[in-house]
Amino acid sequence: MKSEQQYIDFYDEAGAQIRGRSCDVMNDARDRAIGVFRDKGFPTRKVERYKYTDVAACFEPEYGIALGPLDVADSPYVTTIGRGGVTATRHYATVADMDDPLTALNTALAHDGVLIHVPRGVRVETPIQVDNWLRGDVPTMMNRRMLIVLEQSAEATIIIHDHADDGQRFLSTQVIEVVVMDNSSLDMYEVEETNKSCSRFSNVYVRMGRDCRVKHNSITLNNGLTRNLCDVYLQGENSEVTLNGCAIGDGEQHIDNNTLIDHQVPNCVSDELYKYVLDDMSVGAFAGRVLVRKDAQKTSSRETNSNLCASPEARMYTQPMLEIYADDVKCAHGSTVGVMDETALFYMRQRGVPEALARMLLKNAFMGQVIDQIRYQPLRDKLFVKVEKRFRGELEKCGVCGLCK
Amino acid sequence: MAGQNEFVRKVAEKKYEFGFTTDVQTEIIDKGLNEDVIRVISAKKGEPDWLLQFRLEAYRHWLTMKQPAWGHLTLPEIDYQAISYYADPTKKTTDDGKKEIDPELIKTFDKLGIPLEERLALSGMAVDAVMDSVSVKTTFKEKLAEKNIIFCSISEAVREYPDLVRQYLGSVVPYRDNYFAALNSAVFSDGSFVYIPKETRCPMELSTYFRINARETGQFERTLIVCDEGSYVSYLEGCTAPMRDENQLHAAIVEIVVMDNAEVKYSTVQNWYPGDENGKGGVLNLVTKRGHLRGVNSKLSWTQVETGSAITWKYPSCILSGDNSQAEFYSVAVTNNHQVADTGTKMIHLGKNTRSTIISKGISAGKSENSYRGLVKVGSKADGARNYSSCDSLLLGSECGAHTFPYMDVHNNTATIEHEATTSKINEEQLMYCNQRGISTEEAVGLIVNGYAKEVINKLPMEFAVEAQKLLSVSLEGTVG
Repeated sequence: MKSEQQYIDFYDEAGAQIRGRSCDVMNDARDRAIGVFRDKGFPTRKVERYKYTDVAACFEPEYGIALGPLDVADSPYVTTIGRGGVTATRHYATVADMDDPLTALNTALAHDGVLIHVPRGVRVETPIQVDNWLRGDVPTMMNRRMLIVLEQSAEATIIIHDHADDGQRFLSTQVIEVVVMDNSSLDMYEVEETNKSCSRFSNVYVRMGRDCRVKHNSITLNNGLTRNLCDVYLQGENSEVTLNGCAIGDGEQHIDNNTLIDHQVPNCVSDELYKYVLDDMSVGAFAGRVLVRKDAQKTSSRETNSNLCASPEARMYTQPMLEIYADDVKCAHGSTVGVMDETALFYMRQRGVPEALARMLLKNAFMGQVIDQIRYQPLRDKLFVKVEKRFRGELEKCGVCGLCK
Repeated sequence: MAGQNEFVRKVAEKKYEFGFTTDVQTEIIDKGLNEDVIRVISAKKGEPDWLLQFRLEAYRHWLTMKQPAWGHLTLPEIDYQAISYYADPTKKTTDDGKKEIDPELIKTFDKLGIPLEERLALSGMAVDAVMDSVSVKTTFKEKLAEKNIIFCSISEAVREYPDLVRQYLGSVVPYRDNYFAALNSAVFSDGSFVYIPKETRCPMELSTYFRINARETGQFERTLIVCDEGSYVSYLEGCTAPMRDENQLHAAIVEIVVMDNAEVKYSTVQNWYPGDENGKGGVLNLVTKRGHLRGVNSKLSWTQVETGSAITWKYPSCILSGDNSQAEFYSVAVTNNHQVADTGTKMIHLGKNTRSTIISKGISAGKSENSYRGLVKVGSKADGARNYSSCDSLLLGSECGAHTFPYMDVHNNTATIEHEATTSKINEEQLMYCNQRGISTEEAVGLIVNGYAKEVINKLPMEFAVEAQKLLSVSLEGTVG
């Protein structure tokens, strides 16, 4: 319990300070959360959902814990959870799995968070962008919290972008709760462009009502160690969820995506596509579970995970799972781990394309399938360029925000 | 719809065909498990000291372990002290003191379709018949001996060929492997031992038939197959048990060693008593089966048709160490009523250019749960490894479950691994097409299910394929409308 103890001690010492900087709705959930964390500690690799990442080792080094105020620009739809009023009270800590130890730790330590609230019938034309900047003079831990609420018939596009300063270690936990009410539509993009000294543990929980459409994209361009969890609960009929992800790993990067799509009601559709390109000694892991409950008849679900290992030391773990308790369903999953198509390489080299470039083109095309799915065109165009730069080795850090040094 | 319900009811009422018991004089040791019991079993079998020590080490290790709980199933609480670990139904002696086989046993095996008299048996198959803890008879031993093939019960092998047994026993499934492997290593009773010498093609199918008869016993058979360089053997396994209200434990180990250029084909038709329609009774089938492809160009093929048992929890696996070795796994698992199956395979690629194929077909009906769980692991030195896995599940009824849990761990960039899985119910268009042409729903379902399982059944030796097909129709036809 060595890793856990420092966080429990911190909570015991600084709990009052956190409470003082926080709000009632967040404070109300805090005691139970730290209780769960005290009981369970960090999940070991024997816990099925955490088997590919050694969580305790990441939390072992000492970090300063950031408790500064959130810098949230004024916007009709974006505020902090502290100022979120009745929306925050109604939905905070209602979607997330509060028995998950990392969600519990985040709930105990987060002092404020971002609230995006799109009222009934509102269509937000411009995407809402949330930038997470990891900056600090000492190794720092951030506990980020977000609540996204789309009321009935609302529509929004949200881009969450992670950046980090060089030269310092950062550890972030993140819990995003998303409530999508009937007849709403949400496009959500999470882009991570940090660096090798950053560890990220992100848990996203999405609850969907009737006739909704949610598209969640997780793009890991640069990172140190990343563990993304995304749980989607389909609670209303005729809804549709798409989970896409792509990850590019080199050096000693570690990218672990773990998803759950929980079909609780009939007539829903889910589609999942995750792609990895792994080079050097990087490690990729993907575990996607599709659960079709007893009453969720007429479910249609498709899950695909394709991976390219480009170096002898790269490792890939993949685990696409189907758990089905209803009979009138159509579910499929496919998973591949492979090498580049030698025929395609040969074809290009025959035509004078140098091998390195040919390989890069193939990797680009491989990732293109995920990027193509991005509906917001400026982001899609930018990501095509970024992915290409990343494969060229030119994208060592985020080159877009102008804030990262 | 009414017609369909009627048909479902009829099938549900269909009784397990092999559920009778045989009234024979059986010597059963007292219930309970401790070192003395293990010593008694070892002494009864006249085992050498090294084997007794092996058993005791396994038992001591077992005591330090906990029963696993990670499967997609709930094991009923097993009281290991309430089971008798040795039951010998063959202890009938004639007046002049000679041991002979009780005619009742011969009748039982006749009834099961396994004639123990060679003149009655199919000429193409040699059988080792095992009831409870003891091998009753092995047929065609002499004929096989002409080719220097050893086919006998493992107890006999320990006495006659101790060096061979000692060399290979526990080399593929060590007693530390898992909880039930440790238990089996401590208390194992009879099973078969097969040794095919170099450059020999076994002239007939070898087969073992396992039967549980005695009450409150478990069966802990142990099978060891060694196929030496350039040889070939096809081995079949069948099993049944009487209908009882309480669960009976069957924890077996099968070890297969395949040398250079050798090939082993292992087929199972598992038809243990599955329990009644309310889920009462039935055999708990907890088995560790593993083959080690040690040689270059070696080949191992597992084919299994799983229709029985209350709980089936097993993963026939292959360790592909030899370069260019090939492994196959073909499985049809059928669950009905309250049966639970969590089965699949592990393909561990260690040698270069190794290839494996996994074809799994799950069929769930009634209130049953059917899971495929498989691991494909490619080691860092397994250059050019290739795997193709396909797992399909068919759901017949709204109260059953079908699950797929594949794991792929790839540590080599030259490996190509493909996995695909689908789950669906019977295609209504196909049903309608059949109905339109005057084929009743009942027959149509039978046809579709048989067609669905054909890919696997085709891999079985002919005698088994016929039996498997019959079993499928008994277990399934009409569970859907």
